[in-house]
Amino acid sequence: MQPALRPVRSGPEGRRPLPRSAARPAALPVAGGSPHRDRAGLVLSIEGLSLAFGGTVAFAEIDLAVGAGEIHAVIGPNGAGKSSLINAVTGLYAPQAGRVRIGAEAFARVPAGRLAALGVARTFQNLALFAGLSVRDNVLSGLAAARRAGLGAQILGLPAARREALAHRDAAEAVIGRLGLGAVADRPAGRLPYGLQKRVELGRALVARPRLLLLDEPMAGMTATEKAEMTGFIRAARETSGAAIVLIEHDIGVVMRLSDRVTVLDHGRRIATGTPAQVQADPAVIAAYLGLADEDADAEAA
Amino acid sequence: MDALPLAAPRPRPSAGVLGLAALLVLAYGIVPLTGTSYLFEALLTPFLALALAGLGLNLLTGYAGLLSLGSAAFMAVGAYAAFNLSLRLPFLPLPAAILLGGLVAALAGLVAGLPALRLRGFYLAVSTLAVQFFVAWALNRIGWISNDSPSGIITAPGLVVAGLSFDDPRGRYLFSLSVVTLLTVLAWRLVASPTGRNLVAIRDNETAARLVGVKVARTKLLAFAVSSFVIGIAGALWAFAYLRTVEPAGFNLDRSFQILFIVIIGGLGTLRGAFLGAGFIAVLPLLLSRLGAAVLGDGFDSGTLEMVQRMVLGALIVAVLIREPAGLAALLDRAGRRLGRRAA
Ligand SMILES: Nc1ncnc2c1ncn2[C@@H]1O[C@H](COP(=O)(O)OP(=O)(O)OP(=O)(O)O)[C@@H](O)[C@H]1O
Ligand SMILES: [Mg+2]
Repeated sequence: MQPALRPVRSGPEGRRPLPRSAARPAALPVAGGSPHRDRAGLVLSIEGLSLAFGGTVAFAEIDLAVGAGEIHAVIGPNGAGKSSLINAVTGLYAPQAGRVRIGAEAFARVPAGRLAALGVARTFQNLALFAGLSVRDNVLSGLAAARRAGLGAQILGLPAARREALAHRDAAEAVIGRLGLGAVADRPAGRLPYGLQKRVELGRALVARPRLLLLDEPMAGMTATEKAEMTGFIRAARETSGAAIVLIEHDIGVVMRLSDRVTVLDHGRRIATGTPAQVQADPAVIAAYLGLADEDADAEAA
Repeated sequence: MDALPLAAPRPRPSAGVLGLAALLVLAYGIVPLTGTSYLFEALLTPFLALALAGLGLNLLTGYAGLLSLGSAAFMAVGAYAAFNLSLRLPFLPLPAAILLGGLVAALAGLVAGLPALRLRGFYLAVSTLAVQFFVAWALNRIGWISNDSPSGIITAPGLVVAGLSFDDPRGRYLFSLSVVTLLTVLAWRLVASPTGRNLVAIRDNETAARLVGVKVARTKLLAFAVSSFVIGIAGALWAFAYLRTVEPAGFNLDRSFQILFIVIIGGLGTLRGAFLGAGFIAVLPLLLSRLGAAVLGDGFDSGTLEMVQRMVLGALIVAVLIREPAGLAALLDRAGRRLGRRAA
């Protein structure tokens, strides 16, 4: 895997002429973005991150910065490396180079087991629910890292454990209510229709009130109505908790409506970062999408 | 259920709670008064011990999704540890010896669970199989464990608790029933607790469980320890209350498979599955042999009868699992729902 990466590392910026908006995002003017562009205010900062599987480069030399309250979309064609990037940020993949800063801490490899404690939550492109647990229990499990009561206290029902269970239950009920899952709260999550399962996953991620929320195609395979609802949920999540949100999404219309900034990946390289309008007008992006972005934008305008 | 069954406002006791109460009245009130020695000795006491072992294995395999073929080994550890503790520390009351025996089994489970941090599925099952063989080997080779008895068979101490003797068929049944009831309540509290939720989370999606903050390694070891504790106590019941001897043959690989069958046929990941499965596996052969004797007459060759019995049992297991892969518990649920609909 090393040889495959070396050429990438030796010529980070020089290999492919990057469009102007693809300069290091931390140095970009604030135009249209979140107000927190200085490093201190960043919730997530990915710096020169590279990952290859054997000879396959998943992504290389990725820079990306997300501030509190910002919705940052990551788009790109299939296989561009979007999911791999999120998997690396959540510690499921070990990148070969670069760092990930979450809040004040920097990692060469993010410890997956500490992620929730760091205030990070995510959803998965392919559902990763606890199929045998009820919807309520799935949402409750999002609070696993916040649990303090020991096993003995839980089994004996000691006051501290009961208070905690009650508080967690209230938090879960609130999320279930907000996401309109009340009617199915007692059903096993695995038996729900796909769109609802996606929603349960969002609930499991939201219940811990994360500072950083990573959503991998939360609307894939949804109907237009479901997409509109999900868009509303994501926007509301930003409004209520001020979380930084990284959103992978293929629907350009949704991306344009929802995000503050957009990063475009193509073949594992970042080819553009900027506001939705900037990115949409970027020739490199248009080339990567073979004009798809253009048509979508027209459809949007119409 | 949550962790607060007492505090949570409940509209009215559900059918499940009423059924459970009825079952306890039956088990504690009616059966001891009307049952025969044969019922206690040949049916109910072994049923209870096997159900408890199934309950323990279900915590590990059904809830946490960790496959084990070493149940009989943990039963043996529990039984032999309880035996040695009561033999060598005569001042120890019997319940304490059994409890400590369970704790020794839990410790063994903890060690046996270490490979689970690396292995899963089939490979984990093979590593628990190694535990099974190791324990069988140790029982045969280390005479001290069976108090240097030449046959390896030792007589279990009598069931006396606080001066009260439980040393008759009905007493042994009541003793087993009490232990099983207590541990079932604890297991129910466990699976209803946040920790129980974590067990299922690891089973259903280990990656997601880790990311939401479940301590995966710790929880897996806990599952092994708690499961082995329960199975160890089931082993002590098997030896002390049912066989009244402690012998390696009672804890061989066949027993491990039997307990796995109990869990699978009863229903993985449900507490009542262990009881349904144990009922099926323990009671059915007896019924079948009685039926065989009645139909074919006493002169029938007992070896053939046993073989026919096994085949019928196997066919029934396959039939149940084809009809309902989630086991008898799910079958019963469905029947219950159908009845409810008809009544409504
Ligand atoms: N676990 C893995 N092992 C080997 N190769 C992988 C692995 N995960 C991803 N890849 C490869 O990395 C590249 C990027 O894949 P990734 O899933 O990140 O793309 P993506 O942008 O999320 O695509 P999509 O839009 O289809 O979800 C692909 O070539 C993929 O085959
Ligand atoms: Mg993807």
